Amino acid sequence: MDVGHLPASEFDSAGLEQSLMGAPELNPVPDMVQLLTIDGELRQDGTYSSYVQDLTPEELRGFYRDMFLVRRFDEEATALQRQGELVMWVPLTGQEGAQIGSGRALLPQDYVFPTYREHGVAYTRGLELAQLLRRFRGISHGGWDPREVNFHLYTLVLAAQVPHAVGYAMGMARDRLVDPKLPEAATVAYFGDGASSEGDVHEGMVFAASYNAPVVFFCQNNHWAISVPTEVQSRIPLANRAQGYGFPGVRVDGNDVLAVHAVTRWALERARSGAGPVLIEAFTYRMSAHTTADDPTKYRLSADEEAWLDRDPMLRMEKYLRRQGLADDAFFEELREEGRSMAVRLRENVQQMEAPGFADAFTDVYAEAHPLIREELDAHRRYEAGFADAEPAAGTATPTSREHNA
Amino acid sequence: MSTTMTMAKAINAGLRAALESHPNSLLMGEDIGSLGGVYRVTEGLKADFGADRVMDTPLAESGIIGTAIGLALRGYLPVCEIQFDGFVFPGFNQITTQLAKMHSRSEGALSAPVVIRIPYGGGIGSIEHHSESPEALFAHTAGLRIITPSNPQDAYWMIQQAVDCKDPVIVFEPKRRYWLKGDVDTTAPTSDPFSAHIVREGTDATIVAYGPLVPVALAAAAAAEEDGRSVEVVDLRSISPIDFDTVTESVRKTGRLIVTHEAPTFGGIGGEIAARVAERAFLSLEAPVLRVGGFHMPYPVAKVEEHYLPDIDRLLEALDRSFAY
Repeated sequence: MDVGHLPASEFDSAGLEQSLMGAPELNPVPDMVQLLTIDGELRQDGTYSSYVQDLTPEELRGFYRDMFLVRRFDEEATALQRQGELVMWVPLTGQEGAQIGSGRALLPQDYVFPTYREHGVAYTRGLELAQLLRRFRGISHGGWDPREVNFHLYTLVLAAQVPHAVGYAMGMARDRLVDPKLPEAATVAYFGDGASSEGDVHEGMVFAASYNAPVVFFCQNNHWAISVPTEVQSRIPLANRAQGYGFPGVRVDGNDVLAVHAVTRWALERARSGAGPVLIEAFTYRMSAHTTADDPTKYRLSADEEAWLDRDPMLRMEKYLRRQGLADDAFFEELREEGRSMAVRLRENVQQMEAPGFADAFTDVYAEAHPLIREELDAHRRYEAGFADAEPAAGTATPTSREHNA
Repeated sequence: MSTTMTMAKAINAGLRAALESHPNSLLMGEDIGSLGGVYRVTEGLKADFGADRVMDTPLAESGIIGTAIGLALRGYLPVCEIQFDGFVFPGFNQITTQLAKMHSRSEGALSAPVVIRIPYGGGIGSIEHHSESPEALFAHTAGLRIITPSNPQDAYWMIQQAVDCKDPVIVFEPKRRYWLKGDVDTTAPTSDPFSAHIVREGTDATIVAYGPLVPVALAAAAAAEEDGRSVEVVDLRSISPIDFDTVTESVRKTGRLIVTHEAPTFGGIGGEIAARVAERAFLSLEAPVLRVGGFHMPYPVAKVEEHYLPDIDRLLEALDRSFAY
């Protein structure tokens, strides 16, 4: 050390080294973890291969099946939006590897805080996919009971769910102080490259590090925050930011479902064991539009999109399965049939979803009785009752099935 | 069993009682542990309940509220301290878009019973961002409940009632009254925290006040009595919901209403009360409802704040105008 340069004295450097332990890369530009090449060849990695070696043929086929069905779901939802059955849709195409790979690393006791594109993760949690569409049909701001599948509601205010995931993880750790017999558990906070610029990601990471919370920050870098490329959000690989908080950051090929699975398993096991948070940057690509209201031709070249076609997460998994003799034409044909019938069921399910009565909107504003809610609901009902003799108009409120508790 | 204590001590005792009765409750905030908070409201609690339950957090309001929401979703009862009124805004997004909506957007499946304590108001001769009254900004957001005690007895019980409530509650604490002493009966709770109290009965006019201005309204009423005017004073206590029944009943009796708060009158709670009273008791009014509050300006510098804050003279002048109408 140069004379005049003093080591920082305010930190317990031994503790810091401890919290960075297990970080595979501390270089300025980290290597990207990849296990499956785009040709479907499985590579060996000293740290991560062990996390996929125990996968059975059934599980390996399952990864492909999950990705296939989720993409089929995505296509059907897009069609439903085009036909006016949904008010909007947020496609996930291209990000199946990042979502299925990470989602399948979760244990039932883990808890997920998604943003609004994590349909694949939702599927791995066992959420009925039609439930996801209630929000996009304009009949609910939520759509499901998060406690049943440990998958929180979608959050549209970017990154607002990140500190929630940290707080929830702090709660999980506290629970085990009271009852050590509870299973070790962790949360996963999903967000994107765009949301990585939000202050809540920073504050969430500060809290997670300070309290050593069992949380995995899972950033899907899909290259585009609507029309703004990742370079505008960050001048360094996003995974590198973890070092600034004092925990490991790993960049993984987000289109390699096996690598994502391995890295996420590693990170979750580490978090659950009490070793603290991890940031995973899944390097992927949003192959479709931001939403059905978006037009990517305004801001990116079709050549760029085509360059990612070869890296499609499903293609390389198919190559791997065929190469290993784990799946044949019959498997893929059966899957296509399964996808078709799933889409038919989904469509029927969605078309049967009815809008709530307007009066239902008063019901859950508060958990406890509230005089203003009661007063306004009563006034609304009196107003509606004034039309009792008139033709019932479509979509107007009828006496609600879910009475306000006031 | 009654004990005399300051409002700061009463809140401290109320928090202590909440920590004792709810093992899943915890305090979070900046400097609330070893220091006991910049106003010493949490003094001694870290020593008695430990750093796990009285948490000195990183200096980040959105992080405090955001992680409190996560803890609440996991079954905990976080009580967050925001150091000063003007510093709540980094957490405004978490409070309004997340905390306030958690119950409704989950269609009742989830609740986030987070309590947020905010010392508010002026009159302490402080610098920028330390003397504001932002309650109307939160009252406009459905899903939040907002209460503000004006005396030690209410402070002791209302903080506990906030912790008991299944909805998120913001407790605006009138910081210039932290040293106000009063009797606290720790055996019998005050009534419903979301109700108004008539703290002085009268027949000729009503002053509605809350938080730091309740003692000012009482002093103005006492001064008016010397002029032969019988003024009723209503301590609103709850800003969301507002107990319009108690306010309306008082106005039906007196016929005149002055609403006072430190916050700017434009877009404020006083305007809401004036509108409701006009809707409910128009024919009982002998004069227009008048507002005595702050002005449409950033909170002024300490050396001139006395001209900004409603005081006895401004209330008496408003009463004169009401009686002269």
